[in-house]
Amino acid sequence: MPLPLSYNVRNLWARKLTTALTAGGMALVVFVFATVLMLEQGLRDTLVGTGSYDNALVIRRAAGTEVQSTVDRAQANVVESRPEVALGPDGAPLVSKEVVVLISLDKRGSGGPSNVVIRGVGPAALTLRPQVRIVEGRTFRPGSSEIIVGRGIAERFQGTSLGQRMKFGMREWTVVGLFDAGGSGFDSEIWGDSDQMMQAFRRTMFSSVVLRLNDTTAFPRLEDALESDPRLTVEAKREAVFYAEQSETLARFIRILGLTLSVIFSIGAVIGAMITMYASVANRTAEIGTLRALGFQRGSILTAFLVEAVALGLAGGVVGVAAASAMQLVTISTMNWQSFSEIAFSFRLTPGITVASLGFAATMGLVGGVLPAARAARLAIVDALRAA
Amino acid sequence: MNDPVVEIRGLAKSYRRGGQIVPVLEALDLDIGAGDFIALMGPSGSGKSTLLNIIAGIDKPDRGTLRVNGTEIVRLREAELARWRAQHIGFIFQFYNLMPVLTAAENVELPLLLTPLGRGDRRRRAELALSMVGLADRMTHYPSELSGGQQQRVAIARAIITDPTLIVADEPTGDLDRVAAGEILDLMVRLNAEAGKTIIMVTHDQRAAERARSVVHLEKGMIRTETDAP
Repeated sequence: MPLPLSYNVRNLWARKLTTALTAGGMALVVFVFATVLMLEQGLRDTLVGTGSYDNALVIRRAAGTEVQSTVDRAQANVVESRPEVALGPDGAPLVSKEVVVLISLDKRGSGGPSNVVIRGVGPAALTLRPQVRIVEGRTFRPGSSEIIVGRGIAERFQGTSLGQRMKFGMREWTVVGLFDAGGSGFDSEIWGDSDQMMQAFRRTMFSSVVLRLNDTTAFPRLEDALESDPRLTVEAKREAVFYAEQSETLARFIRILGLTLSVIFSIGAVIGAMITMYASVANRTAEIGTLRALGFQRGSILTAFLVEAVALGLAGGVVGVAAASAMQLVTISTMNWQSFSEIAFSFRLTPGITVASLGFAATMGLVGGVLPAARAARLAIVDALRAA
Repeated sequence: MNDPVVEIRGLAKSYRRGGQIVPVLEALDLDIGAGDFIALMGPSGSGKSTLLNIIAGIDKPDRGTLRVNGTEIVRLREAELARWRAQHIGFIFQFYNLMPVLTAAENVELPLLLTPLGRGDRRRRAELALSMVGLADRMTHYPSELSGGQQQRVAIARAIITDPTLIVADEPTGDLDRVAAGEILDLMVRLNAEAGKTIIMVTHDQRAAERARSVVHLEKGMIRTETDAP
């Protein structure tokens, strides 16, 4: 028969300061653990949310990223004329031939420069990306030096507010609109007319061609057709898959770095829990002897101290996850080394991350509690009672 | 003497101290009858606490036999012995040994967690036991909120709650002032006389020993005298 749970919880409560300090140490570790997973999740959500599953993105074979890709006009026209491409209400194919250029802009606050994606887009770009909505001003006029700016850019970079003029590509551009891309990667981009951008940056080739599939199951056919066409040196990917791949390197880096740190910190927290639990066993030696004398088995004593250690860990876990959940209010930006551009994203707490974090906390408590609990269970009754 | 509830034959126990073997009990024989109230007395190191621990099943002898209520407890394995203690032994300690985080009622209820009784039954019995020791109004008090004498009364309630065969008390008045000690002894005498409980009490205190039905003097691990108290 196990001792009642209230016995364990009250013992933790009885030593409030020690419990709070030990659980606090664990909470810090859980906080790091949870925020790292939340960061990775936020990054994945941002980049995966950037692409649509019904769109296909065509880039030069083996280019990997849009920045490294070139698609000449002839090839772009071949892609545009494929029968798998959906047509708009006006009968024109839903295709955006785009050029992607990186420029350096100064950040607000720190003033330090960072890379920003300039995307020259075709007229169908907004139709192809329904998540992109103009929230202030209007969209740019084709053939003009007008640009629209993602909300993430407007918040973080100097000179990018509505109505301001920006100098790049040997021209002056006017910001005529701000757009919200629903937290996707497009929020960290500046868009303008594709032909104007190509002239300004002296490009003769597009970076990518984005198209809407007339039927989502048409993708394999399109892929085969493009890759087997001898005139073409391009490959097609579903837009969603392309952006998911873009997040892979950075997400993996954050994950490995964060989890390595968490594991190293957790060793400290486990030792803290172990010291606390050893002290608890030492303080309660006579109590343990009494319980054994009353007829409680070694297993009950072992379980009681393990439950107490796990409860200690969980207390830290709850505090850590609660603190981490507050991080959801924070948006951070960092360089995505795969696209060489600045990307803004948030921490995302999911039920899976909550469960993983609490599991991690409980495990720390359990590991810290094993040796002290085993010591408590091994005490000889007579020796333990003599400690009174 | 009534039929013996405890039969001890040839009991021996020694400790190893710094490479030397120190005998504590040597070939000890003792019978304790049902309904008896025995005070075990003797100088420090005479083996009285060791004898009490062996009778209570929390220590093992090197040799000899010990039957309690017909059960040869020396041969029981550890887990069986723990179950046996839960059923047959009530403990009273010098320093009360209550769980500081549990209320008086919860402390008294503790041994019942090892029985199949339900929560309601356990609570009712704990209340009954506490009212028997005069603490019906202290159910929800924690040990730190009670005086020494009151804590020892809670411990007595805990000792009687399973209606054990034997109550073993190790210096039950050792930590109490005269008045409180007197109250505790009154309670033990009443348990013995009115409820027929068999009690074995180790004590240094002559006045405490006088309240028992008989006194067993131990010296150097052997019984020197057995006298019936006046």
